[in-house]
Amino acid sequence: MKYSYFPGCSLERNASAYHVSAMAIAEPLGMEFVEVEDWNCCGATEYVSLNLIASYALIARNLAQAAKETSTKQLVAPCSACYLNLKKCNAYMEESPSLEEKINLALAAGGLSYKGGTLKVRHLLDVIVNDVGYEAIAAKVTKPLKGLRVAPYYGCMIVRPKLGKNGTFDNPEYPTTLDKLLKVLGATVIDFPLKAHCCGGHMTQISESTGFELIRRLIKGATDYKADLIVTLCPMCQLNLDAFQGAMNAHFNTTYHMPVLYFTQMIGLAFGMDAASLGIGTELVDARPALEKIGVEVPEAEIVVKKPPKEALPMPSMPEEK
Amino acid sequence: MSSASVSPTPEGIRQKTFLEEVIENTPGDCHLLNCIQCGTCGGSCPSGQDMDHTPRAIFAMISAGLKKEVLKSNTPWYCVSCYYCTVRCPQSVHITDIMYTLKRLAVKEKVYDDSKAPDFSKTFVDWVENYGRAFELGLMSMHLIKHNPFGVFKMAGMGMGMISKGRMAFTPTRIKGIDSLKAILNKAKELEAMA
Ligand code: SF4
Ligand code: SF4
Repeated sequence: MKYSYFPGCSLERNASAYHVSAMAIAEPLGMEFVEVEDWNCCGATEYVSLNLIASYALIARNLAQAAKETSTKQLVAPCSACYLNLKKCNAYMEESPSLEEKINLALAAGGLSYKGGTLKVRHLLDVIVNDVGYEAIAAKVTKPLKGLRVAPYYGCMIVRPKLGKNGTFDNPEYPTTLDKLLKVLGATVIDFPLKAHCCGGHMTQISESTGFELIRRLIKGATDYKADLIVTLCPMCQLNLDAFQGAMNAHFNTTYHMPVLYFTQMIGLAFGMDAASLGIGTELVDARPALEKIGVEVPEAEIVVKKPPKEALPMPSMPEEK
Repeated sequence: MSSASVSPTPEGIRQKTFLEEVIENTPGDCHLLNCIQCGTCGGSCPSGQDMDHTPRAIFAMISAGLKKEVLKSNTPWYCVSCYYCTVRCPQSVHITDIMYTLKRLAVKEKVYDDSKAPDFSKTFVDWVENYGRAFELGLMSMHLIKHNPFGVFKMAGMGMGMISKGRMAFTPTRIKGIDSLKAILNKAKELEAMA
């Protein structure tokens, strides 16, 4: 199957492990990804907090760019926030002719246009479990994740809200596709009650106590259920649960140690791929002790830290002061 | 056309209510008129305890025309976009979308109390408008310096961890079509100003 692929800003850098592992498993799964030409940021949850038409036009530029690829009508996003933004824009443009008209007036200024509903926007998890399918995945498993207790974590935007004709591909309150996938890979999957709860999004930057509390609940929940690690499908969730885990521990004076890996990395491991080629080792909360349980060795990460450039950082103007 | 919005309300034509303004500024049909004040939204909200009004209360206040109180409230800024309320609402009110509408109206009228969240959005958008891509290091450091200088030290450990793992870029990426993107966004803002 061929798909247009929208990596999104997170996968360019902080979640490059997600991108690398997705690309590594594409071939054995029989999937071909064509990156959207010169894509731009989806605006996350920030642009729509300031401007309505501009935020939708920003997203629609990506839809228009993706629609130029005529060999497929399926647009896949691995990031849940990108996925929801693209899906929402696609659905609202189809639903509301006046919004579609305004967006197209804006796109025309850049020589582009897009008709709502032309593409089908899908999350990477959706295409892997529904297009490739559990059976075909099971057939490729050579190193089952036997003995590994995992907490499947979906977060919010992959399953909520229901939008357009197709709604969501999994249950908005109690999703199960990731659970089933991880079982197929041979892992022991805990029935994680917080699996569709919120990671806090950008809250660590707005109100530390609110943000850290949302992170704490999830980490504590997985720890109480004796999970060896949390498996996620969103770079924002991974960033909050992994990179902010230390700051959360400091805030509450706790000592949780809960590694957080991507589902694409778990698929790669079960397919017998080597950990480093899946970007394992770039997580901040060390996953090695957990992976030792299934006999996976992770070499010390050999990451070459690039020196900051000598010349000053190109800083755009600060938003105007009040 | 553009003078219509600044001319005084002609006699006989009443001014838009705040409720109408909110509905008009929310994409699609947001079903706000159907709210039955059941409270399911507030009961589902993970950050409800930090909000000064629950979403249900906010909707009652919107209906009552309490524009200033609503737009000054921290409620929309504490919304983490989890969409639990939206999928649970028995009346299919697009609650999360309405929270975004309230943020936009508060920014437009400059009435929010705490500038931290709006500034975060503005800094984020500033990078996107100039480069076409988000830039985490620039965003986080500029935001911390402005709003939480002591937080720089607290977050430094995390930042160094990200850098040592190769997960933080030092320079932003600029898309090739930045000029065309800028033209699109400028046109979009023009259209917004006309509405
Ligand atoms: S859940 Fe829906 S109907 Fe109930 S109070 Fe909230 S918005 Fe109104
Ligand atoms: S979407 Fe926002 S308002 Fe609704 S439950 Fe989640 S945090 Fe609360």
